Amino acid sequence: MKILVCISHVPDTTSKINFTDENSKFDTNGVQFVINPNDEFGLTRAMWFKEKQGATVHVVNVGGPETEPTLRKALAIGADQAIRVNAIPTDGFFVAKQLAHVVKEGAYDLVLGGRESIDYNGGMVPGMISKLTGFNFINTCISLEVDGSNAIAAREIDGGKEIISTSLPLIVGGQKGIVQESDLRIPNMRGIMQARSKPLNVTEPIDSNSEINFDNFSKPDAKGSVKLVDNVNDLVELLHNEAKVI
Amino acid sequence: MSVLVYTESEEGKFKKIAFEAVSYAKGIANMLGTKVTAVSINGKHTDQLGKYGASKVLSVSSEQLDNFNALAYADVIAQAAQQEASNVVIISSSANCKYLAPLLAINLEAGYVPNVIELPFSITPFNIKSNVFSNKAFANSEITTEKKLIGLAKNAFGIVESNTSSIQENFSPVISEDNLHTKVTSVEKSTDKITIADADIVVSGGRGLKGPENWGMIEELAETLGAATACSKPVSDLGWRPHSEHVGQTGKPVSSNLYIAVGISGAIQHLAGVNSSKVKVVINSDSEAPFFKAADYGIVGDAFEYVPQLIQKLKEFKSNNA
Ligand SMILES: Cc1cc2nc3c(=O)[nH]c(=O)nc-3n(C[C@H](O)[C@H](O)[C@H](O)COP(=O)(O)OP(=O)(O)OC[C@H]3O[C@@H](n4cnc5c(N)ncnc54)[C@H](O)[C@@H]3O)c2cc1C
Ligand SMILES: Nc1ncnc2c1ncn2[C@@H]1O[C@H](COP(=O)(O)O)[C@@H](O)[C@H]1O
Repeated sequence: MKILVCISHVPDTTSKINFTDENSKFDTNGVQFVINPNDEFGLTRAMWFKEKQGATVHVVNVGGPETEPTLRKALAIGADQAIRVNAIPTDGFFVAKQLAHVVKEGAYDLVLGGRESIDYNGGMVPGMISKLTGFNFINTCISLEVDGSNAIAAREIDGGKEIISTSLPLIVGGQKGIVQESDLRIPNMRGIMQARSKPLNVTEPIDSNSEINFDNFSKPDAKGSVKLVDNVNDLVELLHNEAKVI
Repeated sequence: MSVLVYTESEEGKFKKIAFEAVSYAKGIANMLGTKVTAVSINGKHTDQLGKYGASKVLSVSSEQLDNFNALAYADVIAQAAQQEASNVVIISSSANCKYLAPLLAINLEAGYVPNVIELPFSITPFNIKSNVFSNKAFANSEITTEKKLIGLAKNAFGIVESNTSSIQENFSPVISEDNLHTKVTSVEKSTDKITIADADIVVSGGRGLKGPENWGMIEELAETLGAATACSKPVSDLGWRPHSEHVGQTGKPVSSNLYIAVGISGAIQHLAGVNSSKVKVVINSDSEAPFFKAADYGIVGDAFEYVPQLIQKLKEFKSNNA
């Protein structure tokens, strides 16, 4: 089985979100970048398929040279090979077009992406890839087993889960559950050393347009200060008469 | 030319987010000088949609679509958009809508913006505001394609009534077998509980509650308010509560009217997922807990003292206001 894990390179969850150039660009100053948490769950599941079922695992990112440390980290965790499509990810559609091309060229059986990336929260790239390639697609995937060309997955739904049966080729939008938090791996010294000599191939993008222009960004107004009360009578009264939520 | 809106239902009953989506569609239709057409899959009492501004309802009834199937549902909505020559299509932000949206976008060749919170600033160019960076910022973006797909964030626009007389039509899309390769074999769902996605009020507990044996009061508080229960990430990682209750940046998003956080410190990743709730109340024994900076109302105190009192008070309040 040949697996491709789509890795989006995002600001660490504790980052301060600021913008520059008249609020038209995300300010990367002082920001740590990491593997998107939803993708890290997928990558970890891919390692399981590699170790238990002999799968080959490639990772891919659409981005500039600055994303290479993130791809090296994925190699250190255990992926066999990395691909960077050398382009600025202008919108989800553009990224999906690039990745669909990589998927077709590489003849992958299984593509693991995330439910959403935590920067632009698009939640669209894996679904778009599936429609562009004709792969089956499962979103908000919380467990995945593959047996030959059959796959059994669970999907989180509002208020519960669904068990789904489908077949390869398949793409999933994964999240916590596809592996547990405690299964995540911190790269060790050996992995980091090995990652240095694993292939990281840079390819040029295919021709594609974008559909969305991000013109500028703004931040929510600073919050008024909290009203503290010292008894539940006042609280209930405020929630009823002032906030009008009960 | 009409604005098309997909109205989600469950076991035939329309969800509240469907009414909100129709209200929003009506707002855009007014800007465009056109009308709203709603499409419903196996929804009953479709005439209700007129109340929020739908002039026409296309009703699909099909046993093949009893279980949700993203590819097939996206195809149905695309066929409806084609029939109505709709250039603007509105959907909600439920798990199912977010699943089908990217498929529909490719199908329609429409630019898709999710998590939209307001009506467009302008129609030409088509400029729209959405939540990004896990509710820590807004993006103003332009959809440059002729067709536009808008995913409306829950509770952002609200339900607006505008009595419109609506025509009900049966709609029979072509449902291709090719769309049904991915099959739901079983569904596990607690039907007696209110889900976090649907709830107007969510009561959430954190590590400050010390252990799973102390959740009785959280459940009782939720029951008193008709609320859903939720928890912070470590609480689900420790196995005190099921993963399905984990809310925050890496868990479920919450955008309820009222969010009550008990014994939760208010870490940035937690707040990112709950910040779009309208009113936030925090009960925490540490006055320095970061959640107090994000909350509207707070009690600095011991949860084990205040939560039982709050339950008591709310029960009295309910019987007085019944
Ligand atoms: C990549 C990443 C993603 C993450 N995603 C999420 C996420 O999606 N959701 C999430 O919740 N977290 C997430 N976290 C974890 C987050 O950083 C915090 O660790 C977590 O939210 C803390 O949970 P807590 O508030 O329950 O526990 P704690 O931080 O331990 O806080 C417990 C609170 O309870 C209070 N307390 C103690 N006793 C009492 C009492 N008797 N009465 C009242 N109050 C009391 C304390 O004062 C304290 O403020 C993530 C972390 C990372 C690194
Ligand atoms: N630039 C990118 N390079 C590689 N994969 C990406 C990129 N952007 C998004 N993805 C994948 O698509 C998923 C959903 O991203 P999004 O649609 O941007 O929220 C992510 O979790 C990744 O798996």
